[in-house]
Amino acid sequence: MPTFVYMTRCDGCGQCVDICPSDIMHIDTVTRRAYNIEPNMCWECYSCVKACPHQAIDCRGYADFAPLGHSVRVKRDEEKGVIAWRIKFRNGEKDFDLLAPITTKPWGTCIPQLRDVSAPSKELRDSELLYNEPKYLRLDDGDLHTLKSAGLKLKEGVYY
Amino acid sequence: MFTHNPIADLSASIPPIAMQWYVIAMFILVVVGTILDMAHKKSAKYFFENAKKAQKSAKRTLGGGEKASLAIQTVAGEVLTSSEFKSVRRRISHLFTMYGLIVFIVATAVLVFAYPTPEQPAPTIWPVLWHLGALGLAFGGYWFWFRIRVDVASEGVKWYNFNGRGDLFIVGLIATATFALLWSWTLGAGWLNWLFFVLFVASTTMLFGTVYWSKFAHMFFKPAAAYQKKCVKADGSRENLPADYDLTDPAVQKRFPDIPEYMGTNPANMGLGINREPPRHY
Repeated sequence: MPTFVYMTRCDGCGQCVDICPSDIMHIDTVTRRAYNIEPNMCWECYSCVKACPHQAIDCRGYADFAPLGHSVRVKRDEEKGVIAWRIKFRNGEKDFDLLAPITTKPWGTCIPQLRDVSAPSKELRDSELLYNEPKYLRLDDGDLHTLKSAGLKLKEGVYY
Repeated sequence: MFTHNPIADLSASIPPIAMQWYVIAMFILVVVGTILDMAHKKSAKYFFENAKKAQKSAKRTLGGGEKASLAIQTVAGEVLTSSEFKSVRRRISHLFTMYGLIVFIVATAVLVFAYPTPEQPAPTIWPVLWHLGALGLAFGGYWFWFRIRVDVASEGVKWYNFNGRGDLFIVGLIATATFALLWSWTLGAGWLNWLFFVLFVASTTMLFGTVYWSKFAHMFFKPAAAYQKKCVKADGSRENLPADYDLTDPAVQKRFPDIPEYMGTNPANMGLGINREPPRHY
């Protein structure tokens, strides 16, 4: 489902250029609007669709598994901290919205302060585990841990 | 520097009637270029088809009064204040360029048609507006050319690279404003003044004569697009986009229980997110 741009909506702000992990969203030098330079290389991550402040970008499904006429559109509202999807089937009869939180705390307030974390020990450096990997992820220490056995409690909220 | 009327000085060498016919010819070129551009791009057809498509999935019909109110909002927002631009510097640069051009064109038309000779002295305001319009146009245009256009997140084009059709409009604007000012400020300087005058006329002809190929026609389809965007929001069709939910509404919280569960019944404003910084992390 490569992305495409509604030229009448785009203002050429560059948010999609900035965010595209494949660097395939570019600004057209004639029209000064964004466009997908290589749809074959688009992995449909929807990053540009969500980042576009004008909702000018959409995804076009390949006809074999997403027949023409359907619609999957998304609106990411950062100030409200939610993402909303609207799915419309091609017969137009099934049309429903989804709404989910994407953060529970204001943006930028919970960035990990890695310099405050203690440095890895020699044992950890020599181990195959990742630095600071939480203990409850370790499968080499007995069996798969549950929250209870790891001494953890399920907390509400979205974590960083 | 700002108060003399350069058109009146020019009337000693070029008859006012020739200047007036030149302005009329430029006006005709803009009209013809815009019509050809609309026919070629089928932009009017696109908007009508889009409107028809939106009507099919509309949840309610808009009344005449509501449509008029949306049109007024479009003029007050997108047209007069360029509110569509999310990038602040693009918006300010656009406002300088747009108002500079409008003031420059209106002042030129008034000077050419009403005060073309020294025998009909123009009120000081018109030559001042002529110069200020050209200055505003040059400021906005050069800002765009040297600072905004070269930014990778925008276009990443070096200032000395010319992009053909894409740059016809902006080059026409900058050249018109620059040579107009240089011509006005070198009046009485002999051949140099004539050189700037010839370049001024050439760049003006290029600006108004290349509407079909340049981006000049955007001033007609951008307001149409903005108006349509407001209409699809108001009639509920929303181009298949999800609704704007009020998270504090109990009905919304009942329908999407994740919201009150994770965010509480009165979710806070989470701030600007990725918009905290302009897009230049390429």
